[in-house]
Amino acid sequence: MRLERRTQPSARALLLAPLAAVAFTLAVTSLLVLWAGAPVGRAYALLLEGGFGSRFALTETLTRATPLILTGLAAAMAFRARLYNIGAEGQLYAGALAAVAVGGLHGGTGFELAPALLFPLMIGAAMLAGALLLLGPALLKSRLGVDEVVSTLLLNFVVLLVVSALLDGPMKDPSAMGWPQSVALQDALQLDRLIERSRVHTGLVAALVLAVALWALLRFTTLGFEIRALGSGPRAAAFAGLPVARTGVVVALLSGALAGLAGAVEVAGRAGYVTLDMSPGYGMSGIVIAMLAMLNPLAVVAAAVFVAGVFVGADSMSRAVTVPTFVADVIVAVALIAMLVATMLTQYRVRWGTPR
Amino acid sequence: MTETLELLGSAAFWGAVLRIATPLILGTLGVLLCERAGVLNLGIEGIMVAGAFVGWLVVFQGADLWTGVLAAAAAGALLGLLHAGLTVGLALSQHVSGLGITLLATALASYAYRVSFPKVDSPPTITPFAPMTWLPVPVLNTQTALTLLALVLVPLVAWVLYRTPLGLAIRMVGENPAAAEGQGLSVAGLRTGAIVAGSALMGVAGAFLTLSAFNAFFFTMVNGRGWVCVALVVFASWRPGKALAGALLFAFFDALQLRLQQAGGGVFGVELPYQLYLAVPYLMALVALVLVARRAAYPQALMKPYRKGER
Repeated sequence: MRLERRTQPSARALLLAPLAAVAFTLAVTSLLVLWAGAPVGRAYALLLEGGFGSRFALTETLTRATPLILTGLAAAMAFRARLYNIGAEGQLYAGALAAVAVGGLHGGTGFELAPALLFPLMIGAAMLAGALLLLGPALLKSRLGVDEVVSTLLLNFVVLLVVSALLDGPMKDPSAMGWPQSVALQDALQLDRLIERSRVHTGLVAALVLAVALWALLRFTTLGFEIRALGSGPRAAAFAGLPVARTGVVVALLSGALAGLAGAVEVAGRAGYVTLDMSPGYGMSGIVIAMLAMLNPLAVVAAAVFVAGVFVGADSMSRAVTVPTFVADVIVAVALIAMLVATMLTQYRVRWGTPR
Repeated sequence: MTETLELLGSAAFWGAVLRIATPLILGTLGVLLCERAGVLNLGIEGIMVAGAFVGWLVVFQGADLWTGVLAAAAAGALLGLLHAGLTVGLALSQHVSGLGITLLATALASYAYRVSFPKVDSPPTITPFAPMTWLPVPVLNTQTALTLLALVLVPLVAWVLYRTPLGLAIRMVGENPAAAEGQGLSVAGLRTGAIVAGSALMGVAGAFLTLSAFNAFFFTMVNGRGWVCVALVVFASWRPGKALAGALLFAFFDALQLRLQQAGGGVFGVELPYQLYLAVPYLMALVALVLVARRAAYPQALMKPYRKGER
């Protein structure tokens, strides 16, 4: 068997690829649902309804999608430049913690600055925390050749332990009855509701604007060109005289900042404080979303809504039929692999037998 | 100070070192085999979860412990085959495919556990491997047969890699697949074989957790051990002997932090948060990566997909 690059991927194949991936995912999941002893049709109907079928379902899905769009963008930007940032989870927590450190109610009142000043400071601190956390691995990669995949993966564990220690110590909310949770944000810094009687907050608007902005950045700016060139081949980019090292640093700062922002938005838009379980794997899901979106910032939005809908829908489905909520994780993982294979087959043709 | 010396003289401490090191040795050998053939396998974290679950489930259903180990190896091999199909057959990104395998294996194991045991308050248990008390070797006789297996596998893997034609072929496809192809070797076949064998070892590494170290399955039981193995392989410069040394060194610090944490009283009289102790192993792995980075002799074709006839 060998692979042959297609000169021109056909438009039909490009359209069919995601559909085939979804069909395959549904087929695999059906088997698992059957194994759990639930009726397949009803399970899917419940999942769809729980994720998208009502006003409540849709707003819950959008709320869940907000941090996922941001971590998805963080992964997409980094992967575009071949910087494999697997540390978005840690960067998200670092951002959340930095947001509370700036905007929290320390000593009962917090920093007494005008909210109009404190809010940008809070967002800036969160983005800086995430950016700096990724800058280390990026520099270690470019200067010493330390594989960033392993270093960012390991940093996730370190950051979570640091957060845990801080929630037990200096950042602990004294009024939380011994619960490990941080001090709350000042009320004035919390994000407004976007839709009445729902949990959707203005963070969603920020995420959508950023998705469009990053798409434009990749497409129309010099930096975007440099990022894409780095992604197609760092050696070629260096030969062409592009500032490879500088672009790598900029991408790291950008990707880390986006993940840090996800943390701040999640804190300011939802709970109002940091807990150790505030992110049910938003960082890892971000990578899946970026891959599902083929690293396109605009497609990240659609992929994030899909993944969020699956998780929200699975939660609601598992209350009605005997299918564990872990089915959502399976769907997302199978969808990722199926999508990878499908997109690959649009670019390559598999030939059997040996060439003559 | 005297307490520390006493600790280093105690058989219980060194027993703990061996116990912590065992899954790391098995996992590191698994990663090493894959990477020597030129393929990164980030699926290890999930493959260990799957191995831990499958091994435990088979024993829980009434099979004997070694059947459980074999089942875990088979589960690992199967996931390895999937990784090989994606990275060798279809030449997909090794990073992304590996992460996909980790997500898939973890999700499937968690799903299967919940389907099999919908409502349990405490995790069901099995009778794990007993220590080899018959062995006339101190410290080792407090450990189980799986630890012995891990220790025996180190020279075995080294022998295969450095003293057999097969080992030479595996190393060759990891360094220069085009040259190997020119010698009439099957790059795809060798890489697939190495990934399947390595992933089987990762499955056994996971099974050690449920069949020897503990007696039940928990969702978070692997907890980054797989990623640590990936770091240890770099630290070991892709050599089995050094991998053993790295795993033992790592386990030594892990056991030490556990003891210090239990003893309390802090370090030099300063009370430290327990999370700091828990972070030590991960920080150690990071420091090790940085220290060896400059002289790291990566297999030349690592992470480079090989497509026949394409340069």
